[in-house]
Amino acid sequence: MTRRLSYREAMREAMREALQNDPRVFLMGEDVGRYGGTYAFSKGFLDEFGPERIRDTPLSELGFVGAGIGAALGGLRPIVEVMTVNFSLLALDQIVNSAALLRHMSGGQFPVPLVIRMCTGAGRQLAAQHSHSFEGWYAHIPGIKVLAPATIEDARGMLAPALADPDPVVIFEHCGLFNVEGELPDNGDDCAVDIASAKVRRAGKDVAIITYGGCLPKALAAAETLAQDGISAEVLDLRVLRPLDDAAIAAAVAKCRRVVVVDENWKSGGLAAEIVARIVEHAFFELDAPVARVCAEEVPIPYAKHLEEAALPQPDKIVAAVKGLFA
Amino acid sequence: MMTEEEARDVVIETLKNIAPEIAHEDLRHDRPLRYQVDLDSMDWLNFLLGLNKRLGIEIPESDYSRLITLDDVVDYLLSKVG
Amino acid sequence: MIEFKLPSLGADMDEGTLLEWKVKPGDAVKKGQVIAVVDTAKAAVDVECWQEGRVHELVAAIGEKMPVGALMATLLAAGETAPRRLGAGEAAPAGPAAPPLRRLISPAARKHAQELGVELERIAGTGPHGAVTLEDVEKAAAVPAEPPAAPVPPPAAPAADKAAEMRKAIAAAMSRSKREIPHYYVAEDIPLARALAWLSAENARRPMADRLLPAALLLKAVARALQRYPELNGYWRDGGFVPGERINLGVAVSLRQGGLIAPALLDAAAKPLTQLMQELADLVQRTRTGSLKSSELNEATITVTNLGDQGSHGVFGVIYPPQVALVGFGRVAERPWVDADGGLKALPVVTASLAADHRVSDGHRGALFLRELAELLQHPEELNR
Repeated sequence: MTRRLSYREAMREAMREALQNDPRVFLMGEDVGRYGGTYAFSKGFLDEFGPERIRDTPLSELGFVGAGIGAALGGLRPIVEVMTVNFSLLALDQIVNSAALLRHMSGGQFPVPLVIRMCTGAGRQLAAQHSHSFEGWYAHIPGIKVLAPATIEDARGMLAPALADPDPVVIFEHCGLFNVEGELPDNGDDCAVDIASAKVRRAGKDVAIITYGGCLPKALAAAETLAQDGISAEVLDLRVLRPLDDAAIAAAVAKCRRVVVVDENWKSGGLAAEIVARIVEHAFFELDAPVARVCAEEVPIPYAKHLEEAALPQPDKIVAAVKGLFA
Repeated sequence: MMTEEEARDVVIETLKNIAPEIAHEDLRHDRPLRYQVDLDSMDWLNFLLGLNKRLGIEIPESDYSRLITLDDVVDYLLSKVG
Repeated sequence: MIEFKLPSLGADMDEGTLLEWKVKPGDAVKKGQVIAVVDTAKAAVDVECWQEGRVHELVAAIGEKMPVGALMATLLAAGETAPRRLGAGEAAPAGPAAPPLRRLISPAARKHAQELGVELERIAGTGPHGAVTLEDVEKAAAVPAEPPAAPVPPPAAPAADKAAEMRKAIAAAMSRSKREIPHYYVAEDIPLARALAWLSAENARRPMADRLLPAALLLKAVARALQRYPELNGYWRDGGFVPGERINLGVAVSLRQGGLIAPALLDAAAKPLTQLMQELADLVQRTRTGSLKSSELNEATITVTNLGDQGSHGVFGVIYPPQVALVGFGRVAERPWVDADGGLKALPVVTASLAADHRVSDGHRGALFLRELAELLQHPEELNR
């Protein structure tokens, strides 16, 4: 039997399970306790697990992420929630200079088994300071693993292996997905998924749409439209932004010969640029058309709804980009 | 019965199916044929098969040595059909 | 809006002059329809359109000389309406820069064309900006009668041009071979008394139409010998040897008007002599009338050149890339031969040679291959299976 639940419920279940199963796990972040989480992911946790394990923090990302790193070094398994990736820039020094480097700097003596979760992306009229996508920056850094669950299954199943990972894992949850509902396959008690590979979410043969996170539903919608026009689109969900699943990317290119990369980052220096570069490096002779990108427009994400929509990748833009690869 | 002229016409026509570019007025009828027309073994077999089809005569391989010039071929045909 | 551009109609064509439009604005155009006549300096060529639509505007004027890739006409796709014309002072919408005039070929298409030996210059592109795509290459390769060494010239090209084109293709393939392939050569004189006696006896009891030529026997023996020396049968590809899955003998067929094509006798080792002979006769005939199938043009795993009884004593061939070997037979002729018991005899003998790619095999193995070939030809009855 499959179960139907929302992305929010899946994530909440995953955290509750982790808290129940392992006394070393605790949750820390702004408003995670009394308020129940900015996005209600930890509603009821304070009552169930108590203030020792569900810790509200001051508005100081640098401080509480650093405290999380210390707790991880001390043997705990912290889940640190940062309200949005925009605010995580305040904690960048702790994540990039400490969490990602300590194992390396200590000659392997001090791994940092830390999970940092944060919300990313636009589409909810939260204006520029709450709407950007910087996961590509994190994917730049050796020493951390970067995940982008885009499905109910991944929202439910990525946390456990992330906590089991001996190194820091950063999980990006797109704010546009929280209310999305879907079926969760029944695998008994074990909901864990792998956190190493990309997955084909829709098989096709004429064009590969490579995407992740909040753009996945848009890519699937575009594929549906394209199917009506006789173009069979494969949709590859990267899932793991660092390290990238090069083999899956190359396989999609070899199969479809045409590629559109869809990503809510800006094009300049973004993750889509990295993917295109790898395709050109590893699969150039498989290509039957130039590689196209659909990314955010090169502007701060606008507040006004119609402008915000216009600034972001949308199904119709993906359809147009795909058609541009055919004559 | 077939006259020598008829036999010669049949030979030239069959030859032209194999080597359409030949100008038969340039052919020396008393000189080795295959060198003049550049017939390889497959062409030669096809030429003989062509004669076989038109005239219904068998040409065993053992007779190849009697078929060097165009005149030889004409004489051979006359001896077989005549 | 579909842009119809002047296609390249030959490797050496870089411009053309519009002689005639075969369509007018509003006409429906089907794939493959001739829509214009263009003079390429070599010939007037019917230019086909590879997209469907309705003619919107004829941009090129009669008599106009244009570079390859120049916009000739615009077509509207089904359901598309004519765009509003820009008024004076209106800026054209910003878009990607105009495509360059050089031929656009996708990397995959270029690679595949090389593998198939298809000449890209002759392929009309249907991809973005008229780029040649993988599908275009596959379609072009599937068109019969397009030998790799002799691409079909545009319909109007006179015979002289055809011959020149073929010469050019042979030049390209053979230059590449001698540039890239380190050839080694070995040769062996093979007595054919038994083989020819067996053939004579065999032919004496066959009807004329089923008569076997020595060539069939030689080809069969080569195919059999290759079974024991697979490193001579296959391709050099991407820096390594890829063995052929079957033994497909490319048979060099010279054309009466000059030039040659080497189509494949597929799976030659597995076929009895009678069948092989029939297929050989059919292949030679179709090569000369220009109706080969693409598989016969693309799938040869080794080439055999047989100079026949009009040829020279021996031949040392140039390997046809990406193959790795070529077997040559000279003229079968009576020659003095010293028997095992030291006696001197006149026997029919053929000189068999092997040119092979030293990156894949060595002279010792090549020599063993020829010895195997010689041995097989001493037992002709066993080749008839």
